[in-house]
Amino acid sequence: MSEEDESMSEQSNELGLDFILSLDDVPSKLPPHLELFKTRVLCSNDAPIHTDTIQYSGAYATLGVDNSLRLDSFCEKFKVEVKRLTDSDIEFDMIGIDPAIANAFRRILIAEVPTMAIERVYIANNTSVIQDEVLSHRLGLVPIRADPRLFEYPDNAGDEKNEKNTIVFKLRARCQLGQPRITVKSDKLKWLPNGSELPCEDAKPNAGSKPKTFTSFTCSQDSLPEFSSNPISLTYTDIILAKLGPGQEIELEVHAVKGIGRTHAKWSPVATAWYRMLPEVVLLEDVEGEMADELKKKCPVNVFDIEDIGKGRRRATVARPRDCTLCRECIRAGKEWEDRVSLRRVKNHFIFTVESTGALPPEVLFTEAVKILEDKCERVITELS
Amino acid sequence: MEHGSYSDPSKATFSFVDEDHTFANSVRFSLNQDPRVSFCGYSIPHPSDNRVNIRIQTTGDPAREVLIDACQDLMVMCQHVRGTFDKAVSDFKKGKTRKGKKDMDVE
Repeated sequence: MSEEDESMSEQSNELGLDFILSLDDVPSKLPPHLELFKTRVLCSNDAPIHTDTIQYSGAYATLGVDNSLRLDSFCEKFKVEVKRLTDSDIEFDMIGIDPAIANAFRRILIAEVPTMAIERVYIANNTSVIQDEVLSHRLGLVPIRADPRLFEYPDNAGDEKNEKNTIVFKLRARCQLGQPRITVKSDKLKWLPNGSELPCEDAKPNAGSKPKTFTSFTCSQDSLPEFSSNPISLTYTDIILAKLGPGQEIELEVHAVKGIGRTHAKWSPVATAWYRMLPEVVLLEDVEGEMADELKKKCPVNVFDIEDIGKGRRRATVARPRDCTLCRECIRAGKEWEDRVSLRRVKNHFIFTVESTGALPPEVLFTEAVKILEDKCERVITELS
Repeated sequence: MEHGSYSDPSKATFSFVDEDHTFANSVRFSLNQDPRVSFCGYSIPHPSDNRVNIRIQTTGDPAREVLIDACQDLMVMCQHVRGTFDKAVSDFKKGKTRKGKKDMDVE
């Protein structure tokens, strides 16, 4: 049990307001009920209330309370706690930040952090049942493991496709006559570090010199230091691209370029990125005996535990508030349950989850997202001054 | 681009192309936290346009300067978030390897 969980289970013994006021991140100046409304979403039986955040600096001016944000106090109170970190996903708690900023990070992660994705498909031959355009679309969605920071955005004006902005793969698959059907998976996509091998259509056959292809690489990509040790590949090699019957054949070449998810979801670096506010379950009065059993049974995610308090008496405690999905099953039975159990969400505590598609590790994605917001601010500052 | 008046710089609308809710909502938060701001809000005039208008009215200071300060505040916040996050991740990784070693020792 982490420290946080312990403090959360302790709270169940206390009245809700006292607990909130005892938190050190809550200034004690505001009257307790306003403080509660400001920092918590209250989830009553019919609907959540006090869902808005109070941003305006003068919101409590009549009470003599300053609501403006001081950067130093933000820096002091802001906390990040990593809960889970794997190659593909990360879960962390971000504490002490406004939803406006947290949501900006989420939006940037989904739509504005660049990756490499297949943008052009040159089909030399496709006799399979899957149509060219459908196959191209499927290819576009295949995640590529290549660090987008090492590439440049394709230059719209010039038609230059070089080793700095294009990754080329080829796919050759053929099902021999008389053989059973084969499944073409993404491992058939072979990286071509030297660029395109297909001759350009308008190039005149010129004996002696190399035929002109669709790309003009000045050097091989695997000779570059950033790729020689870490070759470009696909994140998953078992993605089904097509199925071939006897005699059918696919021969094509694909070009991957850098882009952002706002243009097309194939460039989104995350499977998804989301956050939820920390649930807080507070027992407003002692729930004992059979009622405690009833409460424990009501909860489908098993938030409550029962503890012995001596003399054969038993009392319900909030053991796992983080698991609460806010199904409100525990307060559905009537007003008396609503008075016993208070379901809340902490407005400035976000449980952030980022699932990477594999181009970059999830923790790098988040720092990239924060950098992008910084860049936006910087751009506006230079534009204005 | 700024739309305001020469005589009264304390009120202005700023129009940004290639920005959306991501930036506008964060900067609105940042502006709202500034006591010099008496009103601020943003709108996206048409969903097909990549444009956002941010309206700022202040208690006297030039709106432009207040917006620059808000952006700077936002940047400082972002830098702090990034620093804290990187530290939390490296601490987590360190803790994990230490834990892994301990487990191996037990074995």
